[in-house]
Amino acid sequence: MFQDWRPTCSLDLLRLRAQTLSRIRQFFSERSVMEVETPLLSHSCGTDPQLAFFTSEYCFSPERQTLFLQTSPEFAMKRLLAAGTGSIYQIGKAFRNGESGRFHNPEFTLLEWYRVGFTLPQLMDEITDLIEALFVGKGLQETQRISYQDVFFLYTGLNSLEFSYQSYCAYAIESGLSEAISLCEHDHALWLDMLFSHKVQLNLGDNSLCLVYGYPACQSSLARINEHCDQITDRVELFMNGVELGNGYYELTDAKEQSMRFDTELAIRQENNLPIMVKDQRLIDALAAGLPECSGIAIGLDRLLMLLSGSKSIEDVLAFPIYRA
Amino acid sequence: MAIYSTNEFKAGLKIMLDNDPCAIIENEFVKPGKGQAFSRVKIRNLKTGRVIERTFKSGESLEGADVVDVEMQYLYNDGQFRHFMVPDTFEQYQTEEKVVGDSGKWLKDQDTCTVTLWNDAPLAISPPNFVDLSITETDPGVRGDTSGGGGKPAVLETGAVVRVPLFVQIGELIRVDTRTGEYVSRVKE
Repeated sequence: MFQDWRPTCSLDLLRLRAQTLSRIRQFFSERSVMEVETPLLSHSCGTDPQLAFFTSEYCFSPERQTLFLQTSPEFAMKRLLAAGTGSIYQIGKAFRNGESGRFHNPEFTLLEWYRVGFTLPQLMDEITDLIEALFVGKGLQETQRISYQDVFFLYTGLNSLEFSYQSYCAYAIESGLSEAISLCEHDHALWLDMLFSHKVQLNLGDNSLCLVYGYPACQSSLARINEHCDQITDRVELFMNGVELGNGYYELTDAKEQSMRFDTELAIRQENNLPIMVKDQRLIDALAAGLPECSGIAIGLDRLLMLLSGSKSIEDVLAFPIYRA
Repeated sequence: MAIYSTNEFKAGLKIMLDNDPCAIIENEFVKPGKGQAFSRVKIRNLKTGRVIERTFKSGESLEGADVVDVEMQYLYNDGQFRHFMVPDTFEQYQTEEKVVGDSGKWLKDQDTCTVTLWNDAPLAISPPNFVDLSITETDPGVRGDTSGGGGKPAVLETGAVVRVPLFVQIGELIRVDTRTGEYVSRVKE
């Protein structure tokens, strides 16, 4: 008998998902944050060279257009913020091509929210409130906050802001990760990705939420550069039991700066023969019209469910992972 | 030989790494939300048996290794080489003692075993899980003791030494589990 039609998760997990969704909606409703929906299919998409997108053909005779499945709802939600919605949240699907593994499914659920007028520390408070509300009764330890620079030094002894090729190589050899030398060469950002994901991340958030803030400027993405120190950005990442749960920013509102970052990313795409994407002019126009000062965060809901249920693999919390979809 | 990219790395895949044939045990996809994707791979070196961990950038590739397992009959030991034969084709292979390693002590003439070939040369020998061998040397048994408690060492016809119950005698045929090196039972000839 073929059993492939069955869900890979238990029915209890489906109930836990439903319950969690309803708790999240209640949390935001109490705080007057409005739920929104934005398109999954769009004319444009993120330019981040690290994210691969799915494309789709839209046929509406005589036109034929390529549309993109969204890697995150960020651009559309920022256009809503610029239009004056005030604080908003969304629970929806996001798509990232080529990502599959114990913690990845190419189609997954994101909880993304933006708080108008919030600084990053204020948003970190709210993240903590939400996680504590969801994990009530699970014996969660007190939330830790630590800067990227401190946590990187704590576990590697290296300075994350100043790249010293010699000391990074010496650390790679002594910690049994010597392949990093040929793999990362002189690329500081790549070194940070590799050392952080292999040597730091696993230690973060032992039965607690760990918020790492102040990412190096070379890993800024869509975050704003810190006003006191131009080597770091106002970006925060969430970890629990060594699992990356989410990523948030004090959002960049400067249209010119945003447009420049897109151009840089597009240049990297071209250099690496990655699919080319046009930059999202509607987002840049929205920023030019005025995005209110805000902070925003996206949390992977499937991973959150893994942590809530103590599951080892993402397929244990999904009804139908990609190979059964 | 075929080239395999990181997303094709699956348990059991044989690849070349640092000029040695290796088998992939486990492949974990590691990707920071905003960063480079990696494959963290657990690999067994098929020459040394050692297991190592190695990280690759997603999309990197490795050459496949021409490694196959073939059932063969063990023929004899000429003092320098052990000789094996594929029963269907009568094709013969010879191996040095260092390739045979620990498996050698379970090999009896005419028995079937698995020979792992790399580029058509023997890389490793795996004996069957159970072999029947006769005892050439052991202390005299205690008559009437069938409890199986205690036990004594016994030398087998291939030179292997295993612990056997006290009642087992010289000349008897016994069955041994080669994975644990433990006595299983007596065998009627």
